[in-house]
Amino acid sequence: MSRSSLVSRPIDAASLIAEVSGDDRGAVSLFVGTVRDTNDGRPVDGIDYASYVEMAEGELARIVDEARERFGVAALVVEHRIGKLGLGEASVGIAAAHAHRGPALDSVRYVIDEIKKRVPIWKLEHYTDGTRNWVDPTSSASEARG
Amino acid sequence: MSIVTVRLFASYADLVGSSTIDVPIRQGDTVSDLLDNIRSLPAASTLPAIARVAVNRTFASDTTRLHLEDEIALIPPVAGG
Repeated sequence: MSRSSLVSRPIDAASLIAEVSGDDRGAVSLFVGTVRDTNDGRPVDGIDYASYVEMAEGELARIVDEARERFGVAALVVEHRIGKLGLGEASVGIAAAHAHRGPALDSVRYVIDEIKKRVPIWKLEHYTDGTRNWVDPTSSASEARG
Repeated sequence: MSIVTVRLFASYADLVGSSTIDVPIRQGDTVSDLLDNIRSLPAASTLPAIARVAVNRTFASDTTRLHLEDEIALIPPVAGG
């Protein structure tokens, strides 16, 4: 099974794990991306996530299909949150399950790396000094490191 | 010459002050032609010279041919995750 969704509610990592788990799956891998309190040395107090929703949903689904085909995982779910998030809140959650750990770990890494390359989602960072800025990973060394 | 409405998002929408921009194209123009036409618009003077383009919700190449009914969008550098 697989599922990918853009959501406007909090991401529940435990429910993602439950969704992919099964008696035939000896490995469940989870990645959760959260809002960090600094970026490029600037103190951040929240991020607005914006999206070209119709395209992002399709691109996310394609990435999930590619990961399932490439790694043969039994189950893979992805949720990416849109809207205003505070510090520490989860912006993305990815869970994968396979009989063994290798494909479970590799598929989660593949999905987050591809999201960062090609899903049309953008971050408007709000800084503690009241200013804000659209994050441009192509012009920021720290963001490029992920 | 016809007009297509190109969707703008995030930083590009802020730079232009609108979530869309009307661009003249001819039937059969390519994405590269579209970008040339956008660059000639005063309203788009603040946009970067190079931008990724999505056609019908999929990334397109410079040589992709456009049709008047296509859904076209300029995609700023993505920053999901």
